[in-house]
Amino acid sequence: MRGLFPALLLLVAALFLASLLTGPAGLPAMDALRALALGGDGPLPIVMREIRLPRAILGVAVGAGLGLTGAALQGYLRNPLAEPGLIGISGMAALGAVIAIQTGLSLVAALALPLAALVGAAAGVAMLVALAGPRGGSVTLILAGVAISALAGAGTALVLNLSPNPYAASEIVFWLMGSLADKSMLHVWLALPPMLLGAALILTTRHALDALTLGEAAAQTLGMAGPSLRWRLIAGTALIVGPATAVAGAIGFVGLVVPHVLRPWVGARPSALLPASALGGAALLLASDIAVRLIVPDRDLKLGVLTAIVGAPLFLHLIWKTRSGGRV
Amino acid sequence: MVLTVTRLSVTRRRRPVLHGVSLALNPGEFVGLIGPNGAGKSSLMEAALGLIPFTGISTLAAMPADRRARHAAYLPQSREIAWPVSVADLVALGRIPWPGGGRSGIDRIATDAAIARMGLEPFRKRTALRLSGGEQNRALIARALAQDTPLLIADEPIAGLDPAQQLACLRLFRELAGEGRTVLASIHDLGLAARFCSRLVLLSNGHVLADGPPEAVLRDDLLRRAFNITVRRVDTPDGPAILPV
Repeated sequence: MRGLFPALLLLVAALFLASLLTGPAGLPAMDALRALALGGDGPLPIVMREIRLPRAILGVAVGAGLGLTGAALQGYLRNPLAEPGLIGISGMAALGAVIAIQTGLSLVAALALPLAALVGAAAGVAMLVALAGPRGGSVTLILAGVAISALAGAGTALVLNLSPNPYAASEIVFWLMGSLADKSMLHVWLALPPMLLGAALILTTRHALDALTLGEAAAQTLGMAGPSLRWRLIAGTALIVGPATAVAGAIGFVGLVVPHVLRPWVGARPSALLPASALGGAALLLASDIAVRLIVPDRDLKLGVLTAIVGAPLFLHLIWKTRSGGRV
Repeated sequence: MVLTVTRLSVTRRRRPVLHGVSLALNPGEFVGLIGPNGAGKSSLMEAALGLIPFTGISTLAAMPADRRARHAAYLPQSREIAWPVSVADLVALGRIPWPGGGRSGIDRIATDAAIARMGLEPFRKRTALRLSGGEQNRALIARALAQDTPLLIADEPIAGLDPAQQLACLRLFRELAGEGRTVLASIHDLGLAARFCSRLVLLSNGHVLADGPPEAVLRDDLLRRAFNITVRRVDTPDGPAILPV
C-alpha cells in the first residue's frame, strides 16, 4: 500500500513519455524529445509541440479527471456503481457538441465545438441545481442525474434523427465515441484551468467523504456533510467532466472501473482513493490512447470504444469477484 | 448544562412528532430515553443535534458545525459502514473534527485508547465489514469514544445485541457518566434502563410524560398511559427486574 503512489506516478510518467513517442510519423525518440524541449526549425518541433504534446497532456488531464470524479461520486453516494456521467453533465456536454456539429458551427471556428459543449454542461448544472435543490439526500441527486442524462440522450437522438445528410450523422456518431486525436494546445488551455479548479474543489471534500463511510447522519454530526459538500462536489464534478467531454468526447468506464480496481489498495479509504484514482485514470487513458494508435494505425480506432472494450470485461470480472468474495 | 432543549417541536410531513419538549442534561448523567415506538425518541435526538428542521431552541443545534462535532458524538440507529475499511481506520474517523483530522499524534493516542477500551485490539487490522454485528457495534462505539466529546447521544445502542454485549455496552455508558461525561441513549428494555441509567425520560406521543430517577418514572400509571401495558416488578439482588405482562 505504501508503494502504491510512487508506482502509479512512475507509471503515469512512463506512459506520458510513451504517448509523446507514439505516432504515425515514426520519429526517432531522441530527436523527437530534443525537438520538444529545444524547438528549432522544420516539421519535428511542430509535430511534437502542436500535435503530440497536447494529446499527451489531455490524456493525463481527462483520465485523471474521470478517475478523480468517479472516486468522489462513489464516495459521496456510497455506491461503487457511481460514475462521472451519473449526474448528467457529460450527457449535456455531448448534446451541446452534437448541436454544434449539426448546425455547422464547428466548421466556423476551431473552438466552437468545445465551447458549445461547455454551454451544454452549464445548462446541465443549472438543471441539476433546479431539480436536486439545496436540501435532499443523495437519492435526489441520482434521480435528477438520471433524468438529465435521459433528456440529453433524447436530444442527441433527435439531432441525429433530423440530421440532413449522412456525413453530419456519421461525424456526430464518431465524435460521440470519444477521441484525443487532432487536439491542439488551444484545447489544452480551454480545458485545463476549469479542470484544475474542479480538482481543487473535489480535494477539499476528502475528509467529508471519509466521514460519509458512517452514513449521512453520522457524517453531519462529525461536522462534515452539510449542503456545502453537495455544492462542492457538483461544481467540482461539472468543472472536470464538462471540459473533459468538450475536448475528448464521451469516454466511459474509466471513472467507474479505476476507483473499483484501486479501492483495496488504499484500504478502501475514500480520501486516499481520490489521488490514487486520479493517477490510475491518467495511466489507463494514456495507455488506451497509445493502444488506439498502435493496434490499427490506419483505421482511427476511437478511444471511447477501446476503454469500453477493456473496461466492460474488467468490470464483469470485478462483479464476479464480488459475488464470490462478499461485499464490494 | 451539557445540552438544553427548550420547547422543541418537530413536524414531519405535516404530522406533528414532538410538541414543546424541554430537557436539560447535566454532566455525569446517563439519561435513558424510553417510550413506545413512534413516540419521537429518534426525532428528539436528531432535532437536538440539528439534523432535522425543528422549532424551539437546542443549545447543541445552535453551535457551529465544527464546535458541535467536538461537543457531541452521535451513534445513529442504522449502523452504517459503507466501505471495507479497517477497524483502526473506522475508529480514527471519530478524530475528523479535531485539528489533526485523524493523523496527528494526539489523534493516534485517542484512537488507540478507544480501541483498547472496547477490546478491539485483535481486530485492528481486520476489515470492519467482515466482523459480526456485535463487533461492528463495538467498533462504531469506539469511533464515538475517539471523538472524545462531553456528550454522547446513542439511538438504540443495544438493539440487536446478545445479552452479554448489552450489559457491556450499558456498563461502558455508566462508566462514561462516572467520568463526568453525559450519555443520552434510547432504550427499549425497561429493566436494563432502570438498572443502569441515573435518570429516565419517558416520551409518549411527542410529549415528555415523566422525567426523573428510574423509580419515579417507571410507575404503573405512567407506563400504562405510555405503553398501554402493566408491569410486574421482582426485586433481585442485582436490582429490580421489570416484566411487562
